[in-house]
Amino acid sequence: MIQATQTEARFAVDVRGLRVELPGGGDIVDDVSFSIRAGEVLGVVGESGSGKTTVGMALLGFARGGARITGGTVHIAGDTSTNMLALDSEKKRLLRGKTVAYVPQDPASALNPSLRIGLQLAEVIEAHEPSTQRAEIERRIEAVMAAVGLPTDKVFLERYPHQLSGGQQQRIGIGMAVILAPKLIVLDEPTTGLDVTTQNKILDVVKKLCREQGIGALHVTHDLSVIANIADQIMVMYSGRVVELGRVETILTDPQHPYTRALLGAVPELRYRTQLTTIPGAAARPANRPSGCFFHPRCPAAEPACKAEPIGFTEVVARHWVRCLNAGSGCGTRPERLPDPAMASGGKPVLDVRALSVSYSNYRVLDGVSFTADRGECLAIVGESGSGKSTLSRALIGLVRQQASTVLFDGTPLAPRARDRSRQQLQAIQYIFQSPHNSLNPRQTVEQLVGLVYDTFHRTDRNRRREAIANVLSQVGLTPETMNVFPDQLSGGERQRVAIARALAADPEILVCDEITSALDVSVRAAIVNLLKELKARRKLTMLFVTHNLALVRNLADRVLVLHKGEVAEIGPVGEVIDRPRHAYTRQLLANALEADLDHRVEAPQPALRA
Amino acid sequence: MSSLPTLHGPTWFLAFREASRYRRTRIGIAVTLLVIALALLGPLIAPYRPDAFVGRPFMPPGGGFLLGTDFRGRDVLSRLLYGGIPVVWMSFAAASIGMVLGVTVGLVAAYSKGWVDEFLMRVMDVFLSIPLIIFVLLFVSLIGTKEWLVVLLVGVAHMPQVARITRGVAADIVEREFVQFAEALSVPRWRILWREILPNITTPLLVEFGIRIVWSIAGIAALSVMGYGIQPPNADWGLMINENRGRIATRPLPVLAPGLCIAIFAFGINMIAEGIAGTISGTSRKSGGEA
Amino acid sequence: MLWRHVIRRSALGVFTLFLISLIIFFATNVLPGDAARAILGRSATPEAVAMLKSQLGMDRPLSVQYLAWMGGILHLDMGMSFISRGPVWDIVAPRLMNTLLLLAATSLVALPVSFVIGTVMAIKPGRLFDNAMNGFLIGTAGIPEFVIAIILVLLLSTQVFHLLPSTALVPPGQSVLENPQVLVLPVLTLTFAVMPYLGRLIRASLMDALASEYVVTARLKGLSPRVVLLRHAMRNSLVPSIQAAALTLAYILGGAVVVEFIFQYPGLGSALQSAVAQRDVFVIQAIVLIFAFGYIAFNMVADILTILMTPRLRS
Repeated sequence: MIQATQTEARFAVDVRGLRVELPGGGDIVDDVSFSIRAGEVLGVVGESGSGKTTVGMALLGFARGGARITGGTVHIAGDTSTNMLALDSEKKRLLRGKTVAYVPQDPASALNPSLRIGLQLAEVIEAHEPSTQRAEIERRIEAVMAAVGLPTDKVFLERYPHQLSGGQQQRIGIGMAVILAPKLIVLDEPTTGLDVTTQNKILDVVKKLCREQGIGALHVTHDLSVIANIADQIMVMYSGRVVELGRVETILTDPQHPYTRALLGAVPELRYRTQLTTIPGAAARPANRPSGCFFHPRCPAAEPACKAEPIGFTEVVARHWVRCLNAGSGCGTRPERLPDPAMASGGKPVLDVRALSVSYSNYRVLDGVSFTADRGECLAIVGESGSGKSTLSRALIGLVRQQASTVLFDGTPLAPRARDRSRQQLQAIQYIFQSPHNSLNPRQTVEQLVGLVYDTFHRTDRNRRREAIANVLSQVGLTPETMNVFPDQLSGGERQRVAIARALAADPEILVCDEITSALDVSVRAAIVNLLKELKARRKLTMLFVTHNLALVRNLADRVLVLHKGEVAEIGPVGEVIDRPRHAYTRQLLANALEADLDHRVEAPQPALRA
Repeated sequence: MSSLPTLHGPTWFLAFREASRYRRTRIGIAVTLLVIALALLGPLIAPYRPDAFVGRPFMPPGGGFLLGTDFRGRDVLSRLLYGGIPVVWMSFAAASIGMVLGVTVGLVAAYSKGWVDEFLMRVMDVFLSIPLIIFVLLFVSLIGTKEWLVVLLVGVAHMPQVARITRGVAADIVEREFVQFAEALSVPRWRILWREILPNITTPLLVEFGIRIVWSIAGIAALSVMGYGIQPPNADWGLMINENRGRIATRPLPVLAPGLCIAIFAFGINMIAEGIAGTISGTSRKSGGEA
Repeated sequence: MLWRHVIRRSALGVFTLFLISLIIFFATNVLPGDAARAILGRSATPEAVAMLKSQLGMDRPLSVQYLAWMGGILHLDMGMSFISRGPVWDIVAPRLMNTLLLLAATSLVALPVSFVIGTVMAIKPGRLFDNAMNGFLIGTAGIPEFVIAIILVLLLSTQVFHLLPSTALVPPGQSVLENPQVLVLPVLTLTFAVMPYLGRLIRASLMDALASEYVVTARLKGLSPRVVLLRHAMRNSLVPSIQAAALTLAYILGGAVVVEFIFQYPGLGSALQSAVAQRDVFVIQAIVLIFAFGYIAFNMVADILTILMTPRLRS
């Protein structure tokens, strides 16, 4: 078991045997133990449902939605006499916000919309140090605003949350957490939904505050690249259990648990193309977890012993724990490197966009965007939010009325509105939306969903139709039985597969994919990316892949178009643009992406820590 | 993929099935069916004709008159058994008219957006500003008390509220990506409204239908109570209250009995609506694990 | 910024009122049973109808008549009643006062009671009080006002207790204020009629606020339960509650017609009812317009309060 050695540096928090149960019995997390040293950051990684947020909130003695903390101890700041979990609600309240603070996931909904931000900062002090003078409160707010990089003037503090940008809101969230100089802060995916640039700045603020003020931090995230950037230690969670815990360098360079390895292999690299690892199957829900190691049904190295009984921790090297029977056997292989695609150019472009401009009232979203796409290539369209990349893709399928341009498909111009296009044109360009939760009508079965597209372009009898639908489903790796279910009976990854199958049912030439992997977990994303690659090769599809993730572009695209404020900043072969960017904006994007890149962080020389 | 049993059938049917898990829905269905059965079958078992003068006015219960006689010496029980049909059919009809008109307006407004939406909703606001009873009284005073007119007016009076509710719930759906997907496929607009949007708002619309029936019951019965609904000598629960309320102090039954019938009918429908509403907030199926 | 909203909203209200006046006017003039026919009855000869029409100025073009009518209303001159032969305003004004009195009394009872009940339910959801009250409110939600009125009369003034007058008849020459006991039953009836809706809405919006992310944040900031409830939750749940309260007032206005009729309360509703019975067209026009005005005014106030209390709408 993991032991906290008291001789080591002061602990910000020490957690032993934490268990949180669902209202109906069964645990969300169990047997969670770790400690965080003052000034250090522990990154908790896991996919949705792994229990990582539950662990974070439990450090404040809090559980959501009827769940109950039923076991374990949480000692804060070396205070071994006080167990946070055993306190009554008033004593817990006195610690929350003062000794342990919380930074919420989505500041837009976590800040009170009807209170000024100044008040929301001040009330933390008022709640815990009621005798503080007005002037002193103001001084401390000013100090904390400066620390998180926000204006300190009164006018700014008079603002309401909706008058702030997403990044500013999250800085307020961090400010509220650190204003009383707590010993520990819990950050719950604080940068989800923010641009890479903003994300990096926020992470820098957190890192700096923790180091300077000696605050320990627990940082919950599903994004491994965030961890690489900020954490000192990593804790990997799977299905409510810690499967691996250790120093960040150790885990990123030498992961021991098969799940950690798969997870790392599923993350695309920025500087070269890899064969992404995928994990077969799905994580079990708390109600029907397997016996023994919870990961064994999906594990490539599973043995009979893995099923037998729960697995304990092995300390493979000092301060690196793994919950696996094979820990230390070191069968870890790095993902296979692949060469960048060769440029097979020539021939008439299938899509020719000439001076595409889109304006909403007075605001110009796209300004003279021109490019071509060759048959069978994958062109990535990259940009931050607000660059106009979604507008561009929506204009191509005829959902943007306000466009002025010539878009040639196979040499013939396309009407701006889908309703004015010919059936053949509608068929040729298919679109896959970002969110599979929104793009599939929840009231239709998969058969009806795919059938809508099929019927639009084909007229066949019922049997042929069913056959065709089963066929496209099998092409995306779904069984024919999927036809009879509704979308909300499917997982996120399965839904996105249905969305792809639906597009394929039209027999398209061009597939426009709008951020289709951004709502998915890492391993699910890898599977979808591999599927897209396979489909592109097999069906000679031309693909326009809209994304903000440059590593993904490196992994998937042939060429890349960088969009900046509605204009084309740069366009070229993927290797060339990423390795030798010409435009200043591309360089800036890459710098931000590089900072978050796993490899970049890890390949800085580290001593081999393996025993 | 989860092993949930797949439910097939029209969405309104599925909504009812889900709602019937709640006790209040089952109570509502039972009570409503009971009242409807009473209204439909009552005339078959009534001891007297509803307009037959069988005794002295305001006889107490007993002596062959289970509930006594009314202000003109007619059997209260018989009038009660005959008097349910008008309020039952009229309230269903009025609510249906209101739903058809309101849902159409609301859907078109939500889907069209822009000035069409603005215009339709302004028109609805105008209608909404006149309370239901007053709206009906205004026109009844001009044209006369005819059953079809009352039904039509109550139906039209429901329209603006239904349109607002429909537009409210459809506004979210219209923005969803599956609607845009159908748009990009150039699916006919009526089909988008009918097949893509409507099935997604069936449950709140069913709730609204229930609420509209309840309001129709209250409105139509209130008109009868005030003398603007069913006209004498017909039997009608509301009219019975109007006719006999003068002697409520000494002979409460001829007023109380029809009043309770109306209240129980409204209660039943309201419970069904509550049950269906419970499925919206209560137990929406959550998405499962990962692929 | 705020003033622009208020002005815009008011202009919209005035415009709606204008459209309603058009509907009322043309309905009463164009439909088969127009005013003259309504006064003289169905058996009247065409000559008699024509003569009365010219006496009333009804042979002028409709647009002229409308302008004359509207112009009059702006000076509170709503024409003459056919029945009492007096100015409509003289008939309507005291009735309006009585209805406003009923409305005010009902609001004073129904709004605070619903607020307290809804809030207590939301703070301890699933407890005995919440469950019992919720069952009661759901069960009584659909019951029409006149049935509530009948039950209250039977309970409080005839069969069980004899505490209160069963009708609200006021002796001639006296006002309702001099006989406040007549208000009790109508106010109770209307309160029971609106409480299920209002109480449950207040409960639901407070529960929504208490379940929100910002309340979780406030609790994790270590704020005291009192501050979390009053400053964070109730501040946000107040907006839907106020809107519901305004809708309730508008609803009471309509419900008052039936309740006034049942209790023979001398308000606008019963005046409308007797005007309809006697086809007193100008009185009908005036009262319908007043009701519409009331409805629009309540909604406008609710909208403006909403804007005032929601920072996001204010800027």
